[in-house]
Amino acid sequence: MTAQDSAGELGTLRAHEAATLDAAIDDLLAGGISWRETAHFAFETLRTNPVRTLLTALGVLIGVAAVIALLAIGRGSQESITSSITANGANLITLRPGASTSGGVRSAVGESGSLTLDDAEALADPMRAPNVALVSPEYNGSAQLVAGSNNANARVTGATPVYAEVHNTTVEEGGFLTEAQHRSAENVVILGANIATTLFPDGGAVGEQVRLSGQNFTVIGVLKSSGGTGFGSVDDGVIVPLTTAQRKLFGARAVGGSWSVSTIVVQATSAETVDAAAEEVATILREDHDLPADGSGDTFSAINQQTILETVTQTTQLLTLFLGAIAAISLLVGGIGIMNIMLVSVRERTREIGLRKALGAKESDILLQFLFESLALSGVGGLAGLILGSAIALSVNLTGLVTVSLSWDVALLAFGFALAVGLFFGIAPARSAAKLDPIVALRYE
Amino acid sequence: MQSMIKVRDLARTYQMGDIEIHALRGVSFDIHRGEFVAIIGPSGSGKSTLMNLIGCLDTPSAGSYELDGLPVDLLDTELLAAVRNRKIGFVFQQFHLLARGTALANVALPLAYRGGISSHERLERAAAALERVGLGNRLDHRPHQLSGGQQQRVAIARALVNDPALLLADEPTGALDTATSAEILGLFSDLNRSGMTVVLVTHEPDVARATRRLLEIRDGRLMRDVPTSEAWTSQPVPAQRRRRLPVRQQWRIAP
Ligand SMILES: Nc1ncnc2c1ncn2[C@@H]1O[C@H](COP(=O)(O)OP(=O)(O)O)[C@@H](O)[C@H]1O
Ligand SMILES: [Mg+2]
Repeated sequence: MTAQDSAGELGTLRAHEAATLDAAIDDLLAGGISWRETAHFAFETLRTNPVRTLLTALGVLIGVAAVIALLAIGRGSQESITSSITANGANLITLRPGASTSGGVRSAVGESGSLTLDDAEALADPMRAPNVALVSPEYNGSAQLVAGSNNANARVTGATPVYAEVHNTTVEEGGFLTEAQHRSAENVVILGANIATTLFPDGGAVGEQVRLSGQNFTVIGVLKSSGGTGFGSVDDGVIVPLTTAQRKLFGARAVGGSWSVSTIVVQATSAETVDAAAEEVATILREDHDLPADGSGDTFSAINQQTILETVTQTTQLLTLFLGAIAAISLLVGGIGIMNIMLVSVRERTREIGLRKALGAKESDILLQFLFESLALSGVGGLAGLILGSAIALSVNLTGLVTVSLSWDVALLAFGFALAVGLFFGIAPARSAAKLDPIVALRYE
Repeated sequence: MQSMIKVRDLARTYQMGDIEIHALRGVSFDIHRGEFVAIIGPSGSGKSTLMNLIGCLDTPSAGSYELDGLPVDLLDTELLAAVRNRKIGFVFQQFHLLARGTALANVALPLAYRGGISSHERLERAAAALERVGLGNRLDHRPHQLSGGQQQRVAIARALVNDPALLLADEPTGALDTATSAEILGLFSDLNRSGMTVVLVTHEPDVARATRRLLEIRDGRLMRDVPTSEAWTSQPVPAQRRRRLPVRQQWRIAP
């Protein structure tokens, strides 16, 4: 055998060795624990330490419950305020005679300061006010109503047929005012739900006669109960034709040949056009009443429902945000609680970690196991918090003090935030566990 | 015949601030498949350092180490974890069982880290391993329900469950009384007779006598490498061994 031969033999032997080594390394890399198995270890630890698990999850539980309950209450209040503002119609501008306090001086309500039916007509002109949809001139007063032995004091609104559309008024029995009744100033009346029950406890009001300020009126309809108890609820009022109110009941003054009204309610074509409609209305009134165009001498005031709504919404949203932030802070504190317990747990279980590493756990396996543990803790806390928070919100609802609005997006947000908190505060303990030197860890007392 | 363990000039130096501690100063030896070896030496001689290197828990400062054909000194930590899982069964002085788990769960643990085995099969194999160490009737017992000797048997079953190339034991009888120690050593002998390669670290001559080959370490160097049968012929065996102290006190006395 030559030297060359043996060198060649050695070469093939090396190649063979390298191939088997590669195969062996591939085999070593192929195995390993699945994440499901690692999660199982984490859950086992939590399951076998129920008290520790519960106490650790408590912080997150309270945080999530607080987020859900407070946001539900905040949102509920916002919704009920908004709906009470828009209960009597949406996109409204309410005009009254008399200036809004401008420059600290309130101009006297004089002849020139009255609003009249002519004004209402001018505002309804689609050429001059394209963003105005409907105009409802109204005359307000109050009177005593008598039916048999029953009587009631009611707010009386003189209205035109368009009133029903502007104020979303629904008639429960009978019908609303007709154009003919308005034109001929008939003695007809529509009763609010509460007035109807007071005067006619046994029902059957429509068609009956009532005495209103000493005059006979025929009941032509009963309004549907709005259920609202808010100020100026339609349930406690009655509606008569505007002309009847002006001429027969309250003796309205005629200004320049036109009857005065107490209020003109203007409905804009949409929520977006309310501000534009308000501009148009003000311009028309200033022109027709010969007032300065800059609004400095206005003898009327305009209340823009949209502006009020926006202010209220902004305020309640801020309140909701504030409540949510406080709740979120408590959730964060819950997360710190998890980190605290997990750090203690890593120390307590140092030898277990060392053993797992000796038996073949990789750094990533240990990291994952501890991350799963803090995730599960925050998940359990989050879920229990969801239930507790919803229960709190619903029981607050039952007290009737505030209406609450539970929603899925808030629940998911709170739960997701809880998981994120668990993950974030779980990283440091999990890393410290994963980095442990198995030799040191196994010797740990 | 290929060596199971091939150690060449293996050294391990610890850095303690400015001081270098040479725990192991270059040892070389081979261990073949089926051998039963004791690493002996006084306290602080470097036994545990060598054992950690052989067990792939630590990496050498110099030299080379081949285990079952794998160049261990060249592998990264992730691969070392896999090598520990597949090739080595550890038995510790303190048993290191998970207190919350049953004997069966403890023994099945290495199989979980191996991966790719159904949980049913893992439990079957764990039960078979417990059967093999004589605990077939204690599968559902937790560590605190078992005696020290039984706990160490569970630990041995756990070491066997992955069919390792090498069984590595550090003072496996250190926490046991004499009678139980003898039982455990008997178990190691049985396992060795059935083909398992066993390396155990001890400072007790009684334990070393159960093996068939001695590697004596002193001050980080290999002093003797002899068959156990020849070890005590030249030196007289001490007539009366010093009374054994409980483990914790032993630790305190050792520097
Ligand atoms: N992690 C470490 N850091 C520094 N020195 C160490 C470390 N581990 C061991 N040593 C030192 O190395 C030497 C050998 O220790 P060791 O291998 O534990 O001996 P044995 O197991 O034979 O008692 C001792 O002097 C010990 O103090
Ligand atoms: Mg030692």
